[in-house]
Amino acid sequence: MPAEARENPLSARMQLLTGAEAAAHAMRQINPDVVSVYPITPQTPIIQTFAKFVADGEVDTEIINVESEHSAMSAAVGAAQAGARTMTATASQGLALMIEIVYIAASMRLPIVMAVGNRALSGPINIHCDHADSMLARDSGMVQILTENAQEAYDFMVIAPRLAEHPEVMLPVLVGQDGFTITHSAEPVSLLPDEQVRRFVGDYRIPYPLLSGEVVTQGPFAMPDYYFEIKAQQVRAMQAAAQVFDDLSEAYEAYSGRRYQAVEGYRLDDADRALILMGSSAGTAKDVVDQLRAKGEKVGLAQVRLFRPFPAAASSSTVSASSPSPAFSL
Amino acid sequence: MKEIRWHGRGGQGAKTVSQLLAVALLTEGHYVQAFPEYGPERSGAPVQAYDRIDDKPIRLHCAVTHPSLVVVLDAGLLAEVPVTLGLPADGLLLINSPDAAAQIGERLHFGGRIITVPGDRLAVAAGTHFANVVLLGAAAQVLGEPGLETLVQAAQDGMKKLSPAAQEASIRAIRSGYAAIDTQRRAYA
Repeated sequence: MPAEARENPLSARMQLLTGAEAAAHAMRQINPDVVSVYPITPQTPIIQTFAKFVADGEVDTEIINVESEHSAMSAAVGAAQAGARTMTATASQGLALMIEIVYIAASMRLPIVMAVGNRALSGPINIHCDHADSMLARDSGMVQILTENAQEAYDFMVIAPRLAEHPEVMLPVLVGQDGFTITHSAEPVSLLPDEQVRRFVGDYRIPYPLLSGEVVTQGPFAMPDYYFEIKAQQVRAMQAAAQVFDDLSEAYEAYSGRRYQAVEGYRLDDADRALILMGSSAGTAKDVVDQLRAKGEKVGLAQVRLFRPFPAAASSSTVSASSPSPAFSL
Repeated sequence: MKEIRWHGRGGQGAKTVSQLLAVALLTEGHYVQAFPEYGPERSGAPVQAYDRIDDKPIRLHCAVTHPSLVVVLDAGLLAEVPVTLGLPADGLLLINSPDAAAQIGERLHFGGRIITVPGDRLAVAAGTHFANVVLLGAAAQVLGEPGLETLVQAAQDGMKKLSPAAQEASIRAIRSGYAAIDTQRRAYA
C-alpha cells in the first residue's frame, strides 16, 4: 500500500460505492431466497450488481428473470407465499406496472422487500428523481422508507427484512433511494461485516406457508365483511410498523453506531421557519440550514425517513415544538 | 470543499476517472463524492462527471455549479459545450490539447488559468487510445493530491476487468500525465 494511504482510518472502514451498489451489497449479505428482477433505469445497477454476486457464487439466491414488472411482483408474491425471503427492485413506470400486485402482496401480508431508485413518472418521460413513483404506492399497504444517501440506502436494506417479517407487521417494505442522485453517485459507505448482517437479520419462517402440507387458502375472495376485517388488520399492522421501526433502529445502532429516527429534526430549536424534506435533498438542505444559521437566520429542517406509516405524531412534535407557526402543524 | 467537473464524450471514460480520483482521495483520508450527469445516453455525446472533496462528510447532493477545476478530455468539446460555465476567475481549466494555453484562452474568451496537456499523444505513447487516464494523472498533479502511487493503486484496483496489457498502458498514461504538468504550476492546490 502506498505510503500516503497507510493507517488511514477512513478508508479502513469505508469504501467508495454508489447507492445502487450499496443496496446490492446489503442484499448479498442478507442472501435472500428469491429475487425477481426486471431492469429499469435508474434501479438497474441494483439488480445488475446483485446478479453478479449470484453469478459469482457469493450468494445462493434464486434470481427469477421476468418479462415485466407486473410479473416481477407476481413472482415475488408466489415466492413469498411459499415461505421464501423475497426481494425485488424497481423504479418509476416499473412500480406503476407493479402496483396492482403490490396491493395484493400487502393484503396477503407478504414481507417482500422492494428496493426503489426513485424516479419521476411519465409523462413527459424522464429518468431523474422525484418521489411520485413510491407515492403512487402510498395507500397500497406497503411500508415506505426514503433514504438520504448511499449509507442509509445500505442500512435500511439491512433493516428492511426484519421490519417486513416482524410478526406484528408482515407487510411489504419499500426502501427508496433517489434515482441517479444516490443510485449512481459514489460516496464512502461503511458496510457491516457479513456475519453481523446475518446475525442482525436472522432466519425467517413464514407463519402460514403455502407448501406446509396442510391445506390452506391464500388470497381468497372476500365479501365486504371479511374485506373490511382484513383491511382493518392491515391498518393495525401498518400502525405497529412505526414502533417496530424505532425498535429496529435502536437494535441496528448497536451494530452500526448509526441511529435513525422516523422523523429527524435538524437545528429546529428556536427555528421560526423550517423545511420538511425526504431523500437526498434533506442532506443538501442541512448545509443550507448551517449557512443561513451562520447568518443569524432561525431556520431548521425536519427530515422524514418513514413515509408510510407516516409518523404524524412525531412530525407534529418535531416541528411544532420549535415553531408556533400553524404552517408547520401536520 | 473542492469541486471538479469533467467534460468528455460518452465512451471516453469521464465517469471512470472521476471515480478513480475519488477512490484514491478516500484512500488518503478525504471524504469524497463522484457522480456523472446523465441525459439521453449516446456514445459520443457530451457528458459531464463530477467530484467533491472535503475533510468532513459531504451532505450536498445538488449539482456542482461552481467547480474550481474543470477538466476537458476532448478539445473538440470546446466548440460545443460552455466548459468555463460557473468556473470562477481563480479557477483552473485543464484541457487535453496540444495547443498553447494562451491560444485556448483567446478562443474561449476566458481570462483565468488554463493548462494544456497533449493527452492524445501521451496516451498513444503509453499504449492506449484513452486520454482520460492521462488527464487523471495531470489532475492529481494539479490538485496536489492524491499521491501518484495511491492513484496508480486505485487504477489497478478499478481496472481489473481490463487485459493486463491495457492495465499497464493505463498506468503508464497516468504516470505520463502526472509528469507532464510542470510542478511549478501546482499552485492551484
